[in-house]
Order: sequence, then structure tokens, then C-alpha cells
Amino acid sequence: MIYNLPFFAVALLIAVGMYAIIFRRNLIKIAIGIILVESGVNLFLITLGYREGGVAPIYTNLPPGIEIPGGMALPVPQALTLTSIVIGVAVTALILSFIMRIYRHYGTLDSRKIRRLKE
Amino acid sequence: MNWLLMHSSALLIAIPLFAAFLAPLIDRVNKKAMNVFVIAVLIITQIIMMILAWDVFTGITHVYVMGASNPAAAIPAQAAVPVRIVFEVDGMGAFMGLISTTISLAAAFYSIAFVKKETGQGRYYTLLLLMVVGMIGMEFTGDIFNLFVFLEILSISSAGLIAFRFYHGDAVEGAFKYIVISSLGALMVLFSIGLLYGQYNLLNMAALASVMKYTVLDKIALALLVAAFAMKCGAVPMHMWTPDAYTIAPAPITAMLVVASQVSLYALFRVCFTLYGMTLNLTTIGIIIIALGLLSMFVGVTMALPQKDIKRLMSYHAISQTGYMLLGVGVGLYLLGQSDFDTYGMKAMEGGIFHIINHAMYKGLLFLTAGAIFYRIGTRNLNEMGGLAHSMKCTTVFFIIGALAIAGIPPFNGFASKLLIYESAYHVSPILSIIAMLVSIITLASFVKVFHSAFMGPPMEGVEAREVPKSMLLGMSILTAGIILFGLFPDIVVSNIVHPAVQALADQAGYINSVIGGV
Repeated sequence: MIYNLPFFAVALLIAVGMYAIIFRRNLIKIAIGIILVESGVNLFLITLGYREGGVAPIYTNLPPGIEIPGGMALPVPQALTLTSIVIGVAVTALILSFIMRIYRHYGTLDSRKIRRLKE
Repeated sequence: MNWLLMHSSALLIAIPLFAAFLAPLIDRVNKKAMNVFVIAVLIITQIIMMILAWDVFTGITHVYVMGASNPAAAIPAQAAVPVRIVFEVDGMGAFMGLISTTISLAAAFYSIAFVKKETGQGRYYTLLLLMVVGMIGMEFTGDIFNLFVFLEILSISSAGLIAFRFYHGDAVEGAFKYIVISSLGALMVLFSIGLLYGQYNLLNMAALASVMKYTVLDKIALALLVAAFAMKCGAVPMHMWTPDAYTIAPAPITAMLVVASQVSLYALFRVCFTLYGMTLNLTTIGIIIIALGLLSMFVGVTMALPQKDIKRLMSYHAISQTGYMLLGVGVGLYLLGQSDFDTYGMKAMEGGIFHIINHAMYKGLLFLTAGAIFYRIGTRNLNEMGGLAHSMKCTTVFFIIGALAIAGIPPFNGFASKLLIYESAYHVSPILSIIAMLVSIITLASFVKVFHSAFMGPPMEGVEAREVPKSMLLGMSILTAGIILFGLFPDIVVSNIVHPAVQALADQAGYINSVIGGV
């Protein structure tokens, strides 16, 4: 049970993020929703690579008595998460700058009022 | 020559990527030089792509391992599975690559005059070249994590370009919708990558496909992947971003966005056929894809009929044409592994895949003509335009060719691929062909409406509607030449380009073999 706790956190983060994206009207809150979903996915990836009592996967600095490779944490999910974080920063910056531009043109952040394209 | 062929798949990513960041520097020195530079880079990309495709279509699958001393060997000496970044180009990848480079070249020619008056052209071409990188990367990669990375490169650069004319507030509105949808879709893809990695400790598509067990988690991953890519390609229940983004992007970018959504379609097919393949419950997934196709066709075309904005109308048609591709390939997926597959399942897939390249060309052309109209008279509203045939003769001819091609009228290319789909879908259920034909007729009806209100009637008063500049005409004529050639010689195209692509897609064992060597 206790080992599954991170996965519950993942589910919670993604659910809250999805709720914000679908039901919130404020553009900033939609952006926060996307960031929450992204954190959930990143947490999921990093949890996959965790091993109880595992050490960092660096061969040159290995404490004695560690089984190779069973005693090490998996390095690949960490690399994936790092890439995903970098991409996430770019997406967040882009979304926030769009929101800034939208606010300047429409004077509101309410997504119900930002529908000039449909008219 | 051999060296070029061996490294071509890496060069196709490296050249546009390097040029993308060089473009704004050259722009600082000289604007004309930058245009020449971008066009030259895209022509070189096109030539390398053609050399690679020529080789791939003879039946060889290219494998390229980044940073290895022998790039053709996917598995390093000490390991049992592919651990490096692997590119794998089979018939389908090369086919999609050819579409991407051709449309990008036409779009770049068109852009020279189209964005002449805008500021920030250096950055425009940076993003345009990054789009090329994203598209080619998604087509060539043999690794699901890189699929995610290139998907994000493609979405971020497309979102930047949709918002390019940000001084119209609505441009940013469309771009915001697009980036929210794409980043959510990409996160779903990443989550399913995590699900697959957690079970198999693998990221390579071929290696994953060889050990795929189709557990409950795999099914969840499949559902997320199909939903994400269907959302990105604009299939109907998730299509709401398409008209907004297509309408507001600059016309050459809209033509490229059409290809970008087809690349997502390619990723969808790749996941279904290569990653899961025979382990799937093919009948169910086939029916889901066919249902998505029918919905997209019908809803797209009925939504198109009442539109007043010329580009918005065309965007809804783009949704409805995506339906044809889903229908054709869905029929193929439905029949995969049965004895009927070799007789008409293959034909259905040929129709669907052939329709991808046809649609990229005629829809690209139609969006470019809409852009030409907007460029001259400054409005997209059909009620405010009229009589353009008097002054914009070349554009009118291009529009007629594009409209006839999309409606599937015989001498043009739309007819060839639609006929393949009608014929083969009929064997599964006659209803499918009837709906497909009905949609074609409504398509023709709505383009007759556009033609009548934009080009017929007395000349417009108060607006000087001249022919558009030569570079825009050149961009449009590249696509028109393709439409006419493909319409006149469909058998040559199908047997030399489309058939290898379909075979590569249907042959999962061949794909696995070429990477991990018959394990």
C-alpha cells in the first residue's frame, strides 16, 4: 500500500489538472491545469525508476557491496523526466505569453468572452 | 554518394535544424540573402529526401543509429536490445517525408512574398524550418520517446507560427487553443510511454513490438495514444481546434499545418500497425478507426456548408478529408491478418495512404489560393468578395483545379484515391461507400458556392485586385503540377510510391527484423 502512494499522487495530480483544464474558465487556471498534469506525468516517470535502497547509477563512485545493476536506481526515466521538464518550461512560457497577448487584446481572461473567431 | 545515402536520415534532421538557427543571423545582415538561404536549404533537403526515398522504395529499410561507429547496426556489441537513438526509415516514413519536404518547399516559396511586409521574418523562417525538423523527426524515429520530443518540437513551432500575426487578437486565440490541445495530447503520449517503459524496460518501437503482450496496461496505453493522435490529426470528436488554428494562421503555414496533422495520423497508424500490430484485437480497433473516419467525414462536411469565412470553410473540409484516410486505413486494419486482406484490404489501405499525399497537395493549394485572395483584398468573408476571376486569372485556375480535385472529379488526383476507397470499403459494408460518395457530393456543392461567391459576378468596386506576386504563383504551381501529374498517372504513383508504403506499414515482422535482426 505504502509503496503505491506515489501512484495515487500521480492520479490525483492528473485528475486535478484535467478538472482545471476542462471546467475552469480563467486562462491562467487552464495553464496551471496543464502544469499540474505535466507534474503528474513527470512524477509517474520518476517513480518508475525508483528502487528501494537503490544508489545513483554511477559506476565510478559505487559504495561497496552493491549488486550491479539490481542495486541501482534506473537512469533512463530520470533522463526522460529531465527532457520532459525542459519541454514543459518551453510550453509554459509560450502559453503564458499567449495569455498575456490575449489579455492585451480582449481585456479579459474569461474563456467564454474570448471567442472572436467564432463570430 | 554512398556516404550521403548512409547518413541521409540524420542529415535530413541536421540540415534544417542548423539552418533554422542560422536564418535570423543572416536576416540581420541581408533580408534577400536569408530568403535565398532558406529556399536553398529546403531544396537541398528535398533532394536528399528524394535520394533516400528512391533507395527505400526499392524495398530496403534504412536504420541509422546516432553516434555509433557503424550507424547501420542497431544493437551495440555488448547489449541485447537497441539502447541508442535509432532512426528507422521504411516505405511509410519515406513516403510521409516526401510529402513534408514538398509542401514545405512550396510554402517557403509562397512565403517570400506573403510575409514581405511583416516584421520578424527571421524568426518566421526559424519556426518554419523547425516545423520541418519536427515532421521529419516524427516520421523517421524508431523510438517512442523521440516521437514525443519531435511531437513537441512540431507543436511549439506550429503554435508560434499560428500566432505569427499576433496584432490580430484572434491569432493568439487560435494559437492558445492549439497549444493547450497539443501539450495535453503530448502529455498523454508521455504517460503511455511511461506505462510501456514500466512494463518492458524498452523504448525502441521495434524491440517493444517484439515483446508486446497486450496486457491491461498496454490497452490503457493504446487508448491514450489513439486518443492523443486522433486529437492532433483533427478527427471529429476532438476537432474543435482545427478550424480556429487553420483559419488564423498565415496561408503557407496552414498548408504546412495540414501536413503536420497528417504526420499525427501517420503516428496513429504507426502505433496501431507497428507497435501493437497482430496483438491487437484488430476488429474492434478497426471499427473504432472506421467510426472516427465516418464521423469526421460527415460532421466536417456538414459544418463546412454554412461557413462564411473562406478559410474556415476549407478547414472543415480538411477535417472531412481526414475522415477518408481514416476510413481507408481503418478498413485495412479491420481486415489485417484475414485472408481478405490481400485482395481488398490492401487496396483500401492504398486508397487511404494515397489520399494522404493527394490531400496534402490539393488542400495545400486551396489554402494558398485563399491566402492569395486575402493578400489582395484583405478579407476572408465570402459575402464581401466577388468577381475576382476578372483580375486574378491564375489564382482562379488554381482554385478550380484544387476544388475539382477535392471533390474527386476524374482527371485530378482526388478521384484516383477516392475510387480506391469506394471500391474496397464496399466489400466491408456498402453503407461506407455510400456515405463516402455522399460526402464527396456535398464537398463539390460547397466549393461551387465558394467559387460562385468569390470569383463570379461583376468586379469588386473600390479594391484593386491584381494578380499576386510571382513567388506566390510559383508556390501554387508546384502543387498544381503535382495534382495534375498524380491525377493523370495514378497507377505509376500507386505502384511505385504508395504500394511500398502500405507494404511497410502492414509488415510488422519486417520492421522488427530490420532493427533487432530476427530475434
